[in-house]
Amino acid sequence: MNVLCRLASRTVFPLLALAVALPGLAQAQGSVLRIVPHSNLAILDPIWTTAYMSRNHGYMIYDTLFGTDENAKIKPQMVESWTESGDHRLWTFKLRKGLEFHDGKPVTGEDVIASLQRWGKRDAMGSALMTFVQRMDSPTPDTFRIFLGEACGFVLEALGKPSSNVPFIMPKRIAETDAFKQIEEHIGSGPYTFKRDEFKPGDKAVYLKNAKYVPRSEPPSGSTGGKHVYVDRVEWNLALRDAQAQVNALKNGEVDVIESLGFDHYETVKADSNLQIPKYSNYGLQYMARFNHLHKPFDNAKVRQAALAAFAQEPFLRAQVGVKELYKTCPSMFICGTPYGSTAGSDLQAKSNMKKAQDLLKASGYDGTPVVIMKPTDLAAIQKLPDVAAQLLRQAGFKVDLQAMDWQTLVGRRAKKDAPDKGGWHMFLTAWQTYDVWSPIANPTMDTRGEKSGWFGWATDDKIMELRGQFMRATDEPTKKKLADQMHARAFEVATHAPLGEYDQPMAARKNISGFFVTNGNIYWNLKKNGS
Amino acid sequence: MGTFFARRLLSTLPVLLIVAVLVFLMLRLTPGDPAAVLAGDAASTEQIAQIRAGLGLDRSIPEQFAIWFGRLVTGDLGQSFYYKTAVTDLIGQRLEPTVSLAALTIVIAVLVAVPLGVIAAWRFGGWLDRALMAFSVLGFSIPVFVLAYVLIWLVSLQLGWLPVQGYKRIADGVLPWLQHLLLPAITLSIIYIALIARVTRASVLETLGEDYIRTARAKGLQEKRVLIRHALANAAVPIATVIGIGIALLIGGVVVTESVYAIPGLGRLTVDAVLARDFPTIQGVILLFSFVYVMINLLVDLSYVFFDPRIRY
Repeated sequence: MNVLCRLASRTVFPLLALAVALPGLAQAQGSVLRIVPHSNLAILDPIWTTAYMSRNHGYMIYDTLFGTDENAKIKPQMVESWTESGDHRLWTFKLRKGLEFHDGKPVTGEDVIASLQRWGKRDAMGSALMTFVQRMDSPTPDTFRIFLGEACGFVLEALGKPSSNVPFIMPKRIAETDAFKQIEEHIGSGPYTFKRDEFKPGDKAVYLKNAKYVPRSEPPSGSTGGKHVYVDRVEWNLALRDAQAQVNALKNGEVDVIESLGFDHYETVKADSNLQIPKYSNYGLQYMARFNHLHKPFDNAKVRQAALAAFAQEPFLRAQVGVKELYKTCPSMFICGTPYGSTAGSDLQAKSNMKKAQDLLKASGYDGTPVVIMKPTDLAAIQKLPDVAAQLLRQAGFKVDLQAMDWQTLVGRRAKKDAPDKGGWHMFLTAWQTYDVWSPIANPTMDTRGEKSGWFGWATDDKIMELRGQFMRATDEPTKKKLADQMHARAFEVATHAPLGEYDQPMAARKNISGFFVTNGNIYWNLKKNGS
Repeated sequence: MGTFFARRLLSTLPVLLIVAVLVFLMLRLTPGDPAAVLAGDAASTEQIAQIRAGLGLDRSIPEQFAIWFGRLVTGDLGQSFYYKTAVTDLIGQRLEPTVSLAALTIVIAVLVAVPLGVIAAWRFGGWLDRALMAFSVLGFSIPVFVLAYVLIWLVSLQLGWLPVQGYKRIADGVLPWLQHLLLPAITLSIIYIALIARVTRASVLETLGEDYIRTARAKGLQEKRVLIRHALANAAVPIATVIGIGIALLIGGVVVTESVYAIPGLGRLTVDAVLARDFPTIQGVILLFSFVYVMINLLVDLSYVFFDPRIRY
């Protein structure tokens, strides 16, 4: 026994004591904002991928010509002023004074044009805009012009697009990189510079305050307004992915902000006097069930309508979110409360009931083909949705084959157009940030070109495409609103997909962090850390 | 001895070759598409196809294997699909945390388990022996993540002694390094303490019944000397074997601990690579693990010569 005691007293306990004698080592960084992002940052080119983490990285180091404020209004950002010709075909933009890239070179119209051209090759809305663009030029270093072949009504919406792919402005030499290759240099003109030498994939990403950045004078709102930086350094902790460990680290003061707090931890954090749940979003996110329009039974609109009628939103939200104050039902494909947040034609789902769903299914001629629903078992944010979908479909009279898989398998499989019994699928469920679906142009489900269409599910409907084309060309808001209503009603009529309700993804922070504002995304300027 | 060492080193080559072929084929047969992962949620099927071509995944599997293997024989593990970084660089970045965690774990396990096992054998049937047996059952039974959360709650959140998560490189200072590693290492060491202590107890118990122990005691040697110099030394071979196996298992078994404690090591890299279907990284890490496993077995074999002079190769 003495041997054991001596051994312990000479080894383990001194180590523990040593550690105890060094309290607060991790807290010794006054002006470092330590953030736990919602995922890992792997790709540093926000134009090459649509991944949200790459977009958020983009917001740290790049600036945008326009932004979208908290009420979904487009506001100027790098642009000081602009004019639009009477026929809406010539747009002239003047850049703000003092815009400078991190390498010290001024931002010019040539940089803007090269950046927009690269973005236009990757982004859906950018590509749509480029179909109207005849040419762009930069008559003076601080001016650029866009010449359109015909009038189009979404120039500013496209330039101020707040979510993937955001038209970030890069130096011309970087923006000239092939749009299908990733950029190698990461120089922007945004409020932070990227510390490339400290970037360790899967471990951490570091951003330093860009002391030369000149913020706008307006208060911050959404992705617009003054991008003031009050900390010297922002560190993204990319290694801390376990939800419980994140909350533990926040409680212990080892991190300052958790970007995406698990719903299970919401009440715990809310009850902790050292922590806060800041409001950062007016619109939140939307759950969605997507049908595969290529294969039976969902190649039949009546079958899809039956599913839509079965999909009351409340069961999905209750099962997945659980916290009443964080969700709301909303039968709009374009998000309730946004400029085009229509509910036109949504009665089928808004007033859904199982009897109606059963009747519709019987009338559809459904032949009993089992519906393959892909269920991601490793993605807590959406993993309960497929179970609810399966149960509701069974109640409506469908046969269901619920197949469990990891998210990446699902992501790979949903790109396959094969029949479900040959490795394809019938339905998957996902979540979108508001700004990816609020615009009838940006919403990927409104691209209904069938197999030519970009987004998985490959819906076909010429009428929606026609309305979408008219929407792109409309230059006044009442017309756009009317067309958005018509598109919405038609999308419900052909049941392109099923919106499953809206929810807030809570963020958690320590109480000594202030300056949160409504960003409707993951944006880290204007934040102050007590003492910094 | 030299011939034995050279022969064993050479024998690693076919092992690694078989591992390389198997891993390559298994990954290609696994569902999932790295290009779809990279493209993001809103990407179109056309964009995914373009990325797939860019990664060379549109080529035939034999062609992909030939390219990869051609690079491998020159020591090039390729470039990560996901991080767009050389796999050797990624492994280099992640090696230190994992090696540190494994080393500290094994040090704690050996320092605690061997004396415990010896004392339990010495006090065979007594309360200490029974307590050790009970502890070892507990050590084997508690899942690592449960133990981790319990220790974090107690040591970090209630007592505030150690950080909840993270890793500090040894270059940043030994004390911060130790402070961040201690709790994960204790968590991970429990199962190895249980394993090594049981084997030590059984092995020492066997030697304590030998004639030379009786002789040593009859000569009037101190009990401590009998236990350490005679009993433990002669029981060392099975203990060294189990420690060696423990080290080899640790290298690949740190995944859960690294995840719970947010340690950016090889375990975490492996999980991320698997989730992202990052084929080059998975292949590189598994080849490394295989090599380490073979080398540790070799070192264990060589250690027998040190512990038991009767063994010759």
